[in-house]
Amino acid sequence: MRPSSFALIGTLIAGPAAAAGTVNITIPRLSVAEYHRPYVAGWIEPAGGGTARSLFVWYDVKKAGNEPGTKWLSDLRAWWRKGGRSLAMPADGISGATRAPGTYSITLPADLKPGAYVLNVEAARETGGRELVSVPVAVPAKAASGAGKAELGAVTLSAR
Amino acid sequence: MRPIAHRLLAAAALLALPATASAHRQWLLPSATIFSGTSSWVTVDAAVSNDLFFFDHQPLRLDGIKAWAPDGSSATIENGSTGRYRSTFDVKLDKPGTWKIGTQQNGLMGSFKLNGEERRVGGRGGGMGPGGPGIPGGPGAGAPGGAPRPPVLSVANIPAEATDVKLTETMSRNEIFVTAGEPTTTVFTPSGKGLEMAPVTHPDELVAGEPARFRFLIDGQPAPGLKVIVIPGGKRYRNAENAVELTTGPDGVLKVDWPAAGMYWLNATLTDTKTSTPRATERRLSYATTLEVLAP
Repeated sequence: MRPSSFALIGTLIAGPAAAAGTVNITIPRLSVAEYHRPYVAGWIEPAGGGTARSLFVWYDVKKAGNEPGTKWLSDLRAWWRKGGRSLAMPADGISGATRAPGTYSITLPADLKPGAYVLNVEAARETGGRELVSVPVAVPAKAASGAGKAELGAVTLSAR
Repeated sequence: MRPIAHRLLAAAALLALPATASAHRQWLLPSATIFSGTSSWVTVDAAVSNDLFFFDHQPLRLDGIKAWAPDGSSATIENGSTGRYRSTFDVKLDKPGTWKIGTQQNGLMGSFKLNGEERRVGGRGGGMGPGGPGIPGGPGAGAPGGAPRPPVLSVANIPAEATDVKLTETMSRNEIFVTAGEPTTTVFTPSGKGLEMAPVTHPDELVAGEPARFRFLIDGQPAPGLKVIVIPGGKRYRNAENAVELTTGPDGVLKVDWPAAGMYWLNATLTDTKTSTPRATERRLSYATTLEVLAP
């Protein structure tokens, strides 16, 4: 009994990792007089249209009071319309704090049905710009990539 | 004296003729139309001018301005102030959904003759605000350089022996929509009176390059063949007005293409004979809204 149940747990843990792809997002270092970390959101939607699914959103989670950090979530205007406005913040497993320039990894949800999708990453920065990077992707994941010009660096998808 | 008299006359004319054919446009300009969370405020400029959205002529008076929360209940107008060229006020958007802010004015204007002399009739009928028949600049607001004009009368005061009674009803709406969080549609419920817009595309979900559809209703029924004008803001920074005149389809639906992101002023006017006031022969309907179109 024991060995088989161990094997089962092993499959459960390995399962999601095997099915999901990994998205790497680069927030570029910008040489500007006033820099604030950008709000960034990512979502995936079926290529032929359909319900968008939020993958992550990084915003100023700590700021409270009259002007809480959530106030500027709608500046991620494409994500806001694609479902951001329906999420209660903080959103479990989705929302997190803003991040400094660098490259970050996000795993795609394991329960994504096979098919063609569009992966979107949108960034908006206080006193800065806003940019949306859309990358056509396939599930099960194959390598794909896109890149921003100003507010975002490379957005890549790898099979694992 | 002269400029003051002029100004008084202009003010009186504005109040009395909300649906006048004058090119002056009454507009409400919200600070934004999409808000995150329920701790935001919208602040609105309200003015009457030719060029959108530049306040350089007259303020829009605040007495008729109301706000409706997403559930349809009435909300509070706060920090109202009227300056020389514009009014401004705030609404606290403390409930999620789509809010409506604006004015609905019903009025009556016209003239009659008494012993061969023409007399003016004016006043706001039932509807919004405590207005009543009072018209500013009554006795004493004389024509420049002439004898004092007889006061403008309310309809109730038309003498029985009056002849050539000409009365025109006016019904004008000017409203904007702002949304906190997810858009809702309760505030779009038509009243069935006058000229109204029943959005097919939500007015707070407009994006450049995506056509929008709005149904227009007259007394609750679709208004086919209605002429609607759509004008982008920022007139000062270009040569042409760039107004687009559109017409509703057989189902009363207007299709609007947005060439670029920005604030747009939309206006429809119509004259018909479906009056509800005794002795009125004509009805002038007007609808105006300001719409924000976002970049894709």
